[in-house]
Amino acid sequence: MAAREVIYRHSGAVRLTHWINALVLLVLLMSGLQIFNAHSALYFGSKSVFADPVLSMTAVREDGTIKGVTTLFGYRFDTTGVLGAGESASGELERRGFPWSVTLPGYRSLAMGRSWHFFFAWLFLFNGLAYLLWSLGSGHLRRDLTPSGQELKHIGGSFAEHARFHFPKGEEAKRYNVIQKLTYLFVALILLPLMLLTGLAMSPGMDAAFPLLLDVLGGRQTARTIHFISAGAIVIFVAVHIFMVLVSGFWNNLRSMITGRYVIPEETP
Amino acid sequence: MNGRRLDRRGFLARGLAAASTALLAGCDDISSQPTVRRILESAETLTRVTQRALLSPQAMAREYAESELSKDFKANGSTNPQDADYRTLAANDFADWTLEIGGLVGQPLSLSLADLRAMPPRTQITRHDCVEGWSCIGKWKGVPLSALLEQAKLKQEARYIVFYCADTLGRRTGAKYYESIGLEDAFHAQTILAYEMNDQTLPIPHGAPLRLRVERQLGYKMAKYIMRIEAVDGFDSISGGKGGYWEDRGYAWYAGI
Repeated sequence: MAAREVIYRHSGAVRLTHWINALVLLVLLMSGLQIFNAHSALYFGSKSVFADPVLSMTAVREDGTIKGVTTLFGYRFDTTGVLGAGESASGELERRGFPWSVTLPGYRSLAMGRSWHFFFAWLFLFNGLAYLLWSLGSGHLRRDLTPSGQELKHIGGSFAEHARFHFPKGEEAKRYNVIQKLTYLFVALILLPLMLLTGLAMSPGMDAAFPLLLDVLGGRQTARTIHFISAGAIVIFVAVHIFMVLVSGFWNNLRSMITGRYVIPEETP
Repeated sequence: MNGRRLDRRGFLARGLAAASTALLAGCDDISSQPTVRRILESAETLTRVTQRALLSPQAMAREYAESELSKDFKANGSTNPQDADYRTLAANDFADWTLEIGGLVGQPLSLSLADLRAMPPRTQITRHDCVEGWSCIGKWKGVPLSALLEQAKLKQEARYIVFYCADTLGRRTGAKYYESIGLEDAFHAQTILAYEMNDQTLPIPHGAPLRLRVERQLGYKMAKYIMRIEAVDGFDSISGGKGGYWEDRGYAWYAGI
């Protein structure tokens, strides 16, 4: 059996910022859901027209009990136990948006949720800036993440390979494939910065300092809605990301993001 | 082989579930630790200092058109104070109400609603952002706070302006609402004491007879049912010591975010 080829795949900077970002995003998501629960409805525009939300999670009293009702673009869904109303610590149905098992803290506390959220928002900013500056300076962005014209031309083939769970081997496995490159670029350069900008657009102080935020993002309530949708997009990205890590060689992938070392899967005839 | 793999997956799933449960439980516990609170609150200072640096004293909050007024402006917090003194004043349409201005001023003032209405007013249509996440747009008419502070001859050593309100919000503690702002906001052009909302006399749910508008901060800074204004050099000895009713209950004093 030939010696396994091991490459140094992820630099220390990428590994460190990756894991900090993972922790920071988890805290931001959970504290963000706590903040959302203080008013579990979303709107478009500058103001909240309470009778006309894009999305709302409410509780209605019916037959002596309460029901959780979620509306999306006017369509009503009974979501008792999950969204709108669910069991409290004492086992009774109570009004709330998301379950307290996914919020931080795990009970109603907007004040603490905000403290967690803004502290970790600063960590998110510092960590993200460190990553972007390093990626630009070291050539990581250009060398490892920017797809070539050739790669873009063959993106269809890459999709087909992924759909069949065939992952690159040998030389091909030494770099990110084109779908990976585009996804990581989208997350790092569009989705995560959008979270920051829509977050800032909800700050009355920042709106006075940079009124452009309101114009670009379509008003404070639209910004809040985009913030929520983008957070959902990040959750979906992370779910798919973890799934791909699991199915394309879990230990090898995980080790490479911890120690940097990655075993190149051998080409099989 | 297959069985073992499944087992390993089951183990992993259980491990992840256990780890996340521990993390959640841990976070709840540590939320109430004073040290953790202090660390988290350090970010509030960073936020305030950074926003102050980015926000020039003259920068204005956006003003909107009449067509954008909310038809369903939400009233939050106290909406109908039951305090006996307030009920007496409300029963007489606030004809006997006076605004007291004192503390670190050279000329303490006592002003009636008629006195305030006789002063040059400012009218603005602004967006009210609640800490809960919603926004409403309203039209406010009132006296610029700066004019009152100049008339009262604010002293050099004054650093904060404190607003004492008529309403008891804390049902269990009997705590009355109060708020405080710094001088950057106190002297800002859009900081007014409003006696009219949407061209009508300020209604009780929105703070009659007088409420504060601080347009570059969140709603909880904008004290309603104002009875007395005091200029101070610090608020450590006032009520819970954090500068406001909600601040005493864990919310940030700087509410520009």
